[in-house]
Amino acid sequence: MTAYIMCFILFLVGLYGVITRRNLVKIAVSLSIMEISTFLFFALIGYIDGGVAPIVDPADPVKVYVDPLPQALVLTAIVIGLATTAMLMAVIIRLYRKYGTFDIREIKNLRG
Amino acid sequence: MNPLIPLFVVIPLAGAFLIMILGRFISWLNKYLASVILLILVIFSIYSLVTTGKSLSLYKVGGWEPVHKIPIGIYMVMDGFTVIVLCIINIIGFLSAFYSISYVKRYTAENYFYALFCLMVAGMNGVVLSGDLFNIFVFLEISVISAYGLVAFGVEKNELEASFKYQVLGGIASFLILFGIGFIYWKTKTLNIADIKEAFNTGYDKSFYIFVQILILSGFGLKAAIIPFHAWLPDAHSSAPSPISAMLSGVLIKAIGIYVIIRLFFNMFAISEEMAILITTLGTLSMVIGVFLAIGQWDIKRLLAYHSISQMGYVVMSAGIGMILLSRGVKPEIASLAVAGGIFHLLNHAAFKGLLFLNAGAIEYTIGTRDLKEMGGLAKSMPATSATSFIASMSISGIPPFNGFFSKLIIIVAAVMARFYLLAVLAVIVSIITLASFLKFQRYAFYNKSGNDRIQNIKEVPFPMVFSMVILSIVCIFLSLLVIPEIRDAILTPAIDILTDPVKYSTLILAQ
Repeated sequence: MTAYIMCFILFLVGLYGVITRRNLVKIAVSLSIMEISTFLFFALIGYIDGGVAPIVDPADPVKVYVDPLPQALVLTAIVIGLATTAMLMAVIIRLYRKYGTFDIREIKNLRG
Repeated sequence: MNPLIPLFVVIPLAGAFLIMILGRFISWLNKYLASVILLILVIFSIYSLVTTGKSLSLYKVGGWEPVHKIPIGIYMVMDGFTVIVLCIINIIGFLSAFYSISYVKRYTAENYFYALFCLMVAGMNGVVLSGDLFNIFVFLEISVISAYGLVAFGVEKNELEASFKYQVLGGIASFLILFGIGFIYWKTKTLNIADIKEAFNTGYDKSFYIFVQILILSGFGLKAAIIPFHAWLPDAHSSAPSPISAMLSGVLIKAIGIYVIIRLFFNMFAISEEMAILITTLGTLSMVIGVFLAIGQWDIKRLLAYHSISQMGYVVMSAGIGMILLSRGVKPEIASLAVAGGIFHLLNHAAFKGLLFLNAGAIEYTIGTRDLKEMGGLAKSMPATSATSFIASMSISGIPPFNGFFSKLIIIVAAVMARFYLLAVLAVIVSIITLASFLKFQRYAFYNKSGNDRIQNIKEVPFPMVFSMVILSIVCIFLSLLVIPEIRDAILTPAIDILTDPVKYSTLILAQ
């Protein structure tokens, strides 16, 4: 249970960063922290205490295996996360070239 | 097994890479290739619309058959509701791609534009067809990452800022959705939507269930820009190139937002009254606040973007009314009517909002500004744009005999019959304010005298742009035929049946 609470705290740390930081790069880092907490959560739900890697051994039917599906999901999600982070960083670099600053307070042409 | 289903994803995905590779060697090919790919998809989707009817067909990816009636592979599902949204995606997609042939000349790197465009269509088709929760997430990310790129395509200050905002909010939405999927998998040990429904039927923890529903609703609500989550939409939709705005506003927020919300809340979760009331409230708020935010705008594309929020509010509200009635178990025929109104309005909104954004693009293309105050008197020099935008404006404000009138009428009649009189009155008032706002658009853009010299010697836009706009305006007029009972039975009724019946979707999938 502690692990789940830590994972949720990590999510909140990321969310706090996204809301309060003013530097574009720090916002991107905070988003990555949120992302990692989600991955951690997926890894945790597949974990079974005392389980081993799921290579099924017919000779030993009572062996406990961890759930392999969340691991597969996490791998997919990590690849997607890589793409989103790369995209975000590319946009941040372009923004820096246009405005000459990373400060979000200076970048306010548009008003929601 | 329906072999047509994977083609909806495979063709645009392969097309995107083909455009990148071939476009390097043959520079004129990319623009026509994208249109041809989407035209093929249009034919497939119309064929599916005609043949699907009330049936439900499956494609099991990799041929993994269920073991002991438990699905283990990834399922792709095509049913009555899916084919309607598929038709919207591919028809608007084709017309926008065709329109882009002239429009995108102003940008460099046309290859990237068409490649991202095809990827976005592939992602949306995937979301709509997927019968698997995690696959919805994967395809959703494919389409939104391409959308981030397309919003920033102009690489000027505004475009980049809008794209950054969209990415941060879209990222948070993705994590909320991923958390929701994780919680669902934790409790049910399956990701197949039909199987999750079965697992929830056997029993669940109520507080957990509501928590998951809130996670999913806020995640997809952010993607759909329902009102407390709408901050990114006006910026992103107004900064993108116009054909992309038409895709984002006309299709993307529906395919990855509204469609998924409706599908999951009707077919996966058991409908509970508190969630139904929450969804109705959010829909009503979007409807009312969106139109009030729109009325003060002078930038045409921002005005249209705010109207998207407002019109999506109608869809969410009528789906919510249907859910409330279904959860109470009273008057199922009125619930069907409300859902029918919602889906009908979804279709109509795709047609007229796509058309309006293409009109805005045509105006921007000729006079180079989006500010309504600098326009005027365009009706003489741009007759096709003026006529089609008049049709679209009348449709969105609900003037008979155009399509918007009938869908709004159905929604209002359903609200009155369900005794939500306040919602009915609000829907009428919002429609009147919409009319006022679009009369302003018509008057300032097309009829006023203008003091601007640039406007004196302008010509109508090139043929591909005119063609797309005219076809969409014809679609706008012909969609009103859906109120005729025979046509409605053929197209809308299968979708409504599968949504309002709580077990039909899951039993049909698990039986195959």
